[in-house]
Amino acid sequence: MSNSAKAEAVLALQRFGMGPRPGSIAAMGSDPRGALIAELDRPLALAEAASLPSSAKAFRTVADANARRTARVKQAQQQAKKQQMAAAAPAMSEDQAQGQVQDKDAAETAARQAADAVPDPGRPMYLQEAKLRTEAALAAEIGFAERLVWFWSNHFCISANKIQSMSGAYEREAVRANALGRFVDLLLAVEGHPAMLFYLDNLESMGANSIAGINRSRGLNENIAREIMELHTLGVRTGYTQDDVISFANVMTGWTLVPPGADPQHGGEFTFNPRLHEPGGQTVLGKRYEQEDAEQGRAVLRDLAAHPATSTHVATKLARHFVADEPPPALVEHLARTFRDTEGDLKQVAIAMVSSDEAWRGPPSKLKRPGEWVVGMVRATGITQVDPVLYTGGQQLLGEPLWRPSAPKGYPDDEASWIDGVGRRLDVANNFAEHITGMADPQVIIEDVFASQIAPEVKQAVGRAESRQQALALLFMSVDFQRR
Amino acid sequence: MGFHRHLPTRRELLAGSGALFAWSQMPRIARAEGRDPRLLVIILRGALDGLGAVAPVGDPDWIGLRGDRALLLDGKPPALPLDSFFALNPAMPNLHRLYKSGKAAIVHAAATPYRERSHFDGQDVLESGFTRPGATASGWLNRALLAMESGGRVDPRGSRALGIGSVTPLVVRGAAPVMTWVPQRILPASEDTQNRLLDLYQHTDPKLATVLQARMKLASLDGPRGTGDPMSDDPTLAPPGIARVRAYFTEAAGTAARYLAKPDGPRVGAMGFVGWDTHIAEGAASGQLYNLLGALDGAFAAIESNMGEVWHETVVAVVTEFGRTARINGTQGTDHGTGTVAFLIGGGLAGGRVIADWPGLKPAQLLDDRDLKPTTDLRAVLKGLLRDHLRIEEKILADTVFPDSAEIKPVGGLVG
Repeated sequence: MSNSAKAEAVLALQRFGMGPRPGSIAAMGSDPRGALIAELDRPLALAEAASLPSSAKAFRTVADANARRTARVKQAQQQAKKQQMAAAAPAMSEDQAQGQVQDKDAAETAARQAADAVPDPGRPMYLQEAKLRTEAALAAEIGFAERLVWFWSNHFCISANKIQSMSGAYEREAVRANALGRFVDLLLAVEGHPAMLFYLDNLESMGANSIAGINRSRGLNENIAREIMELHTLGVRTGYTQDDVISFANVMTGWTLVPPGADPQHGGEFTFNPRLHEPGGQTVLGKRYEQEDAEQGRAVLRDLAAHPATSTHVATKLARHFVADEPPPALVEHLARTFRDTEGDLKQVAIAMVSSDEAWRGPPSKLKRPGEWVVGMVRATGITQVDPVLYTGGQQLLGEPLWRPSAPKGYPDDEASWIDGVGRRLDVANNFAEHITGMADPQVIIEDVFASQIAPEVKQAVGRAESRQQALALLFMSVDFQRR
Repeated sequence: MGFHRHLPTRRELLAGSGALFAWSQMPRIARAEGRDPRLLVIILRGALDGLGAVAPVGDPDWIGLRGDRALLLDGKPPALPLDSFFALNPAMPNLHRLYKSGKAAIVHAAATPYRERSHFDGQDVLESGFTRPGATASGWLNRALLAMESGGRVDPRGSRALGIGSVTPLVVRGAAPVMTWVPQRILPASEDTQNRLLDLYQHTDPKLATVLQARMKLASLDGPRGTGDPMSDDPTLAPPGIARVRAYFTEAAGTAARYLAKPDGPRVGAMGFVGWDTHIAEGAASGQLYNLLGALDGAFAAIESNMGEVWHETVVAVVTEFGRTARINGTQGTDHGTGTVAFLIGGGLAGGRVIADWPGLKPAQLLDDRDLKPTTDLRAVLKGLLRDHLRIEEKILADTVFPDSAEIKPVGGLVG
């Protein structure tokens, strides 16, 4: 293999994949572009996912635990109160009053113990999902398809801070299942997913003239309508108005989930509740939608998916994520046109990206986000399993906690947002290097895993390091690991 | 920018950190006047409901607008009276105390020039200081710092800004170097490893070198300190309960104050607190907004206490991208709006008043019949602080710090 072929293979793995792992450069062969495209034909589903609960099941399990916890706390409080009453003497001295205060503390302690006895099952589910997702990225030959899953998951993000139980299952069911399909199917899957409806406050949103709206003094919530147009489809400042937001919010009323307590079989699943739905037609972006039920929302979503602004928005974000903070306009236009010509076929858009010379030409100047960087570092060592507590803890330290962005916009994709955290990466790299000094050799990573495609200054610094831990830390922090 | 020219050689670095950080002892902002002012900017991300924080209890339309969700002087718990017209959310006794002693002021019915309702564009306008989103990659606080440097009254190397959190707030990003601090939870790499990496970056990636050096400088200010177990049992992993939010606000704000208070530390800083996007069950009097405001009030106390002797030279500006709908929405929350409040606190402040040209709450007085109408341009307030506290010339404020704002006159008399 020539040096230039090796260099292109490394660039392919870095820019479009999860980074080189032992043997991956040889496996790319002489045609890195073809290898990237071939990976998109392999199944994207997680083989181990059969062992994981569905989002609805996860939601029911957590709701059930919450109910049991509440009942236990109540019981403990009542019991403590009874004991207190029995102990209280008719004439109360100061000592006895003091005793009552202690009883009150005892009641609080009893309540806390009762609560602790029913731990939150959402946390182990989150960790198990995190483990499988991360190990899929570590095991992938190239990781192009996994990168696309990560990209769309961030584009259509939810937050585990709000809905931890469903966070991993949401990605599997709505995003992973559609990441190489058509954009409109991806859009319908995410916006109709209970996790998204929960995250963007749509569960109880009701039309002013709906049955529930008339009976109760509650009503509309604009959140999901605005974020779908601003973040998920058209993009901000593309011409929609406040009236469009309100009309679309009315369209989306009734998109909710089956209450978990009400239905042990289907609780937590999507349902359209006509009692919440604003009756009658709505006008969104100048078009009238007269449908009576969830079809109304689906029709608007289908039109948003096909809107030209959506193709530009999606193409820009894709090119910015994979290629450069300021992507070549010709590449963006090429992706947007492919998106329109194929009616949003995301696999064809991905193929168009890696087939375009524009996507390869620029220098490797893009700073990796923390998640990509960590996975790239671990892949280089050949490790394929992770402790999800340590892994998610590391992501938290680096400012990109898994499935917990602070806002619906997701994590940013530009250097300015992340560069100040690079010092933080040193602590993580140093810590990781300490743990793996016995099993990872920096020279093997440079010469075999990266086929010596590492800057000479880096090789020199690694060679002169005073310890293997230091050599590994410097290598993981080098430009060859930080940028792509 | 002079920063790169001062990068020491590896030899100097290895000779000892004394040479590297000597310049941090040099004089700073406004020393010649015998003043050494500090400015901290706190961004409340998600859009704070100004009416839920500071209620116009004297407005005859107030109760009609918010109904049983309205903060009242005889509510449960009762709102804290500020003057004959406004009352403060009961979750904020510290702010109330500061206000009563003249060390806090509140600006009401204020807004940036942004009139749409996207959080992200709104924060961009708030922090960039431009009139439209997406105009620039730098923040007004960073450009203000550069203005002070070019005025020759300040040592550019000693006046660097402090950003708190893993993602630096846009308001402090820009050409003037920024130090950042994030909660420390694992043992840092040795000084030797840091020095070697810095040397490597200097030969391969100047931008990463600048970042690493800023971090090393900050660590040297802090001195060596013990840290907890590496990456084990991290309590920040679970979803945040309000106690954890309180602890985070207090730690972040308190740490910022600790750095700003140091004789050789930074003089301006910025941080963001998230969570203010209260679309559902806003709970101004007893729910989520009450809890968040309580956490913010705790952060104020931490700042006052950690500023110590330099509290009298401190001003903290607490701002948000826009307000929320004047009326409660269909899910007992509020949707994105326009006019809102800003809090100003600090020992350097001439406070004890609510600054507001009250627009009224009747339907016709609301913006688009939905939002509190903004009557004060937030830039006027910020320009007043920058002019009178940091002594930045008005022309610079109008030209580069807040471009195209010549007609927005700075509010005078904010600083004592």
